[in-house]
Amino acid sequence: MIVDWTHAWPTMLAAFLASLVEFVEALTVVLAVGTVRGWRGALIGTGSALGLLLLIVLALGPALTKIPLGEVQLVVGGLLLLFGMRWLRKAILRSAGVIPLHDEETAYAKETESLRRQGGIGRGWDTVAIATSFKITMLEGLEVIFIVIAVGAGGVGLLIPASVGAVAALLLVVVLGVVVHKPLSTVPENTLKFIVGVLLSAFGAFWVGEGMGLSWPGDDWSILGLTLGFLVFALLSIQLCRSRATARASLADR
Amino acid sequence: MRWLRTILEEVFGLFVDDGSFAIAIIVWLGITWFLSVHILADIRWSGVVLFGGLVAILIESVTRRARQ
Repeated sequence: MIVDWTHAWPTMLAAFLASLVEFVEALTVVLAVGTVRGWRGALIGTGSALGLLLLIVLALGPALTKIPLGEVQLVVGGLLLLFGMRWLRKAILRSAGVIPLHDEETAYAKETESLRRQGGIGRGWDTVAIATSFKITMLEGLEVIFIVIAVGAGGVGLLIPASVGAVAALLLVVVLGVVVHKPLSTVPENTLKFIVGVLLSAFGAFWVGEGMGLSWPGDDWSILGLTLGFLVFALLSIQLCRSRATARASLADR
Repeated sequence: MRWLRTILEEVFGLFVDDGSFAIAIIVWLGITWFLSVHILADIRWSGVVLFGGLVAILIESVTRRARQ
């Protein structure tokens, strides 16, 4: 299988960073479940979800390669644009102070409080622990699968670097989770989401354009140009939002 | 079936946060697709038109939210 290295390194980086954000969010909840309700339920729920996710990948992966590339690029690129631009929009608003930053410590405190309120832990199966860790692993895992498929939509060979990026992120988070044993609040999540939003928007625009038969300056290298373009306009948007928010606040003070 | 509904809602939420923002992107993709068949087919660097519209939608959406 031939890997196109023009796309491979940005594909791997985008999949790694995006998956890192998702796995950090999942780790926060799994740690809360393990700490409050015990590790047995937390690990059963997480393991079951990972097993189901693996089955989904095995079922979807070969089917995806049978769909014509142009149609995959158009549909997956469109979804990737919605997904990436949503992240980018939120990261811009957070950076500008319009909406509050996501805080893993606060999320952890909320989750542990909610789990404590859900009654005592019996000797048998702790359904609350299993269901909570299953649900979060499933949801964040589905996002990771979508990201891998979406950033690897440029060709069958690109699914490999995308998968390598996601697996590397999973291993990093598992190792950090075992070593640190608390929410990874020092991970600059909004900065990561901003970078990933830029990368996914660039990939999405490129795949959609390819699917529509549009032409790009520099052909495949235009992914780099699109990345820089989204980055410049996103940074400009932060400044614009800050000035709008300040103007709104000064009007409210009068 | 509540868990299934929750999962479907979460999956929908992956792509749609602000409804008008998502609709604007979809409409712009539709317009560009139509133009790509009828007008942009012979134009070099037609992808720049797609990019320009997406950036305009992003800037409009965030500045509108900042004003609220």
